[in-house]
Amino acid sequence: MARPITPFLWLLFSAGGTVAALLFPVHLFLSGLAFPLGWLPAPRYESLHSLVEHPLTRLYLLVLVSLPLFHWAHRFRYTLYDGLQLKHLTALIAVLCYGAAVIGSVLAAYTLWSI
Amino acid sequence: MSAGVRYTLYHPRWYRRRVSVWWWLQSRSYTGFVLRELTSVFVALFALVLLWQIRALAHGPEAYARFLDRLRSPLFVAFHAVALLFVLFHSFTWFNLAPKAMVVRLKGKRVPDLVVAGANYAAWVVLSAAVAALLLRG
Repeated sequence: MARPITPFLWLLFSAGGTVAALLFPVHLFLSGLAFPLGWLPAPRYESLHSLVEHPLTRLYLLVLVSLPLFHWAHRFRYTLYDGLQLKHLTALIAVLCYGAAVIGSVLAAYTLWSI
Repeated sequence: MSAGVRYTLYHPRWYRRRVSVWWWLQSRSYTGFVLRELTSVFVALFALVLLWQIRALAHGPEAYARFLDRLRSPLFVAFHAVALLFVLFHSFTWFNLAPKAMVVRLKGKRVPDLVVAGANYAAWVVLSAAVAALLLRG
């Protein structure tokens, strides 16, 4: 199957990997551990809400959710092929992985748009 | 070629050793490779937590308070602790691979791997500090 979109998918994989590598550790540490466990004072609802009202923050959050999902779709797809030897399910796995990333991105865009 | 080749209706069965699904446990570098690939699962799960947080934020103060309550449960704390290890593994392997994936040339000379990886680590520190400063303002 000739696939002219492969370089594009690889670009999404690589951009998403970079976004996740640079920004996920700090977000995960703060919102997943430091704030819930009370190690650091969590921002209040009002201040977060006003932060998210800024268009730049929305764009940032869309990038922060969407690109790493495409990174996952690409990497997990090949993990399934190689790790579980599922080469015969290529098309199905690709549709499920990229489909999930598209759905997550659309949901993020819609939510951010309607805040 | 031997002269006695006969054609049959059936395709011959090739000899192929079956590889176990657990092939990646046989060597440390294979295990590292599969663990690195599996970091993407935690990357995706945390992206979903972020999406959930954005949706809670959009639904109002009560929904957001419920979201924060959920994150305080031991299940989510344990998940985030494991996810942080995998995401950090992703960051380290990603930055260390960056010089191999993207060769940077300056005045026709290849920029040393250490400099490219170092630039990635520097960007990581600066961006993390910026995000933390923004979220810890109050």
